[in-house]
Amino acid sequence: MALRSAKRAERAPVRRRGRALGLVSLCLGLAQVAAPHAVRRLSGVDDSATSRRVVPLVGARELVHAAGLLAGRRVGPWAWTRVAGDAMDLASLAVALGNRGGQRRGRLVGVTGAVLGITALDVLTAVQATRAREKGGTVELTATTTVRRPVEEVYSFWRGLEHLPSFMTHLEEVRVTGEKTSRWRATAPFGKTVEWDAEIVDEEPGVRIGWRSTGDADVPNTGKVWFVPAPDDVSTEVHVVMAYDIPGGKIGKAVARYFGEEPHQQLDDDLRRLKQVLETGEVVRSDGAPWGKRAREEFPQRPAQPLSPEELAKGEPA
Amino acid sequence: MKAVTWAGRNTVEVREVPDPTILNGRDAIVRVTSTAICGSDLHLVDGYVPTMQDGDVLGHEFMGEVVEVGPGVDPAKLRVGDRVVVPFPIACGACGACAAELYSCCENSNPNAGIAEKMFGHPLGGIFGYSHLTGGYAGGQAEYVRVPFADVGPLKVGPDLTDEQVLFLSDILPTGYMGAEMCDIQPSDVVAVWGAGPVGQFAADSARVLGAARVVVIDKEPYRLRMAEEAGFTTINFDDVDVRSRLLELTGGRGPDKCIDAVGLEATHGSAHVNAYDRVKQAVRSETERPHALRQAILSCRSGGIVSVIGVYGGMMDKFPAGAWMNRSLTLRTGQTHAHRYMKPLLERIERGEIDPTRIITHRMPLADAPRAFEIFKNKQDNCEKVVLTP
Repeated sequence: MALRSAKRAERAPVRRRGRALGLVSLCLGLAQVAAPHAVRRLSGVDDSATSRRVVPLVGARELVHAAGLLAGRRVGPWAWTRVAGDAMDLASLAVALGNRGGQRRGRLVGVTGAVLGITALDVLTAVQATRAREKGGTVELTATTTVRRPVEEVYSFWRGLEHLPSFMTHLEEVRVTGEKTSRWRATAPFGKTVEWDAEIVDEEPGVRIGWRSTGDADVPNTGKVWFVPAPDDVSTEVHVVMAYDIPGGKIGKAVARYFGEEPHQQLDDDLRRLKQVLETGEVVRSDGAPWGKRAREEFPQRPAQPLSPEELAKGEPA
Repeated sequence: MKAVTWAGRNTVEVREVPDPTILNGRDAIVRVTSTAICGSDLHLVDGYVPTMQDGDVLGHEFMGEVVEVGPGVDPAKLRVGDRVVVPFPIACGACGACAAELYSCCENSNPNAGIAEKMFGHPLGGIFGYSHLTGGYAGGQAEYVRVPFADVGPLKVGPDLTDEQVLFLSDILPTGYMGAEMCDIQPSDVVAVWGAGPVGQFAADSARVLGAARVVVIDKEPYRLRMAEEAGFTTINFDDVDVRSRLLELTGGRGPDKCIDAVGLEATHGSAHVNAYDRVKQAVRSETERPHALRQAILSCRSGGIVSVIGVYGGMMDKFPAGAWMNRSLTLRTGQTHAHRYMKPLLERIERGEIDPTRIITHRMPLADAPRAFEIFKNKQDNCEKVVLTP
């Protein structure tokens, strides 16, 4: 089961540049910490006692930038820390420039020029990384499972559309409104629900179904499912690709959070339940995970002991 | 109802919990008449299996009377009033794994399959009272238990046999048997079994039933070795002698043809410094296993032999003798027991008197005394081999 995210692809150049800047920080930091004197001489500040203390400190700070950019999940905030570091460095360089002349001044001018160039790159990266988060993008998910039922049965179950909410976490209802059209209702963040119309745009009976939302859906989406006979001649491989246009700004953030840290895990679990429903007749429940398709929302789980009548009455979804 | 619950590492408590109800159409509710403590329950209590929660009901060896069935249970297969032994793995009977009789790998019975998949690459099936990794199912050390897929697992037994004769069909007898069956035993085979606990005893019984020329049982508890001797097996006490040398003596230098590890992840080693090495690594969680028995089995087995693993392992192992395994053409076979496969044939062997599972029972106690029962079983006090609890 795999995840492909178009949104990630879009951000890849910014991410790569963030990593490159992290490497720059790593090299500078190591040099300043390991060989401060050489750095001071090259920068033309080897005559100052203050620089003896400042250069290793700046090196340590560079190593922090490096750790964040190379190991962190998000480029944006760490790129901004580099911008702040650049401002500090430029201020120090300005002070140093005011106090020097001759060869040392020449070296300082060179270093200042280099820092100005890097500052421009840092600001660009930080702004782009931050914007990419606010702009939203497309999330594409893929998942697959094998169901030990014939292709025709699995295809018809999915094509019935009304069955989808029995195994898909966030879907509450799918109502068929025409031969190719349907109305979908899903739970949304903060206890709300969202509805949209969908139409089947690509269909080959027993082989594949493709659909997309129509009109002004809050989260425009498309989906496609293929039904492939498995090599054992009795089972069906189900391959699903779903794509969501996540809006920008606050709504996008809320939607992203709703999908969770690992959106592909939800689709994997959806397909696991599809398999349970088709092979055993219903979604499997345990004492620790008693509410079927809501299982993942309940981690850490209730203990593996029978439910009280109150819990049973309260927990059963309407 | 009263139930034995996990209350943190090294603590079990008998608590009052709600009675179970039907949650899925193919559930049954069983009134437990006998249940037992398994060696693998100790791995849970000792804290070596992750995803346990305070209040989890323990127990995966149990039997009793069906008192309620869900609307989806085929009456031809199970009815209220039936006396049943319930296999410890929960299996749907309809998925690819079940079709291949790999019941403990059932693809549908674990609602927490996603977590199990992260740890093991592919998910595990559900197991009663055995952590949330295997589904979060309440176990059978209780007065009542909910049994999912009740038309697949439970084995109906008549009134002629006692509870004690059939109770172990739920786990340890099929487990010992599968350990021997995986050895593909030939009439000339010497079979060595590491561990003289209940599963090791049944593995030895099964190896004999399947025609082994000689069965050797290895442990360090004199009373457990005595039990094996009384059943007619050769024994080795690893506290007294070097196991490999003794096995070579017993086999004319060839080594045992087949080796069964009935110990698992909490093994002890005869040599204190080797023992300390893995104990420390396990304590700081840099490995999850203390695999002395398995290492020794691999090093002792004759070239081309089979090493069959039925002792439980949970995660990552250190110093696995891959060189011996590969260069000497050993075959490693293992699995959580596919109990469903073996229950009926083993019931027939019990009926014919070929195996007497009651020989290992040393303690019979009320369910309410479970904390004390766990204590004496874990610490091997009072010559404890197997405890049967009665609700």
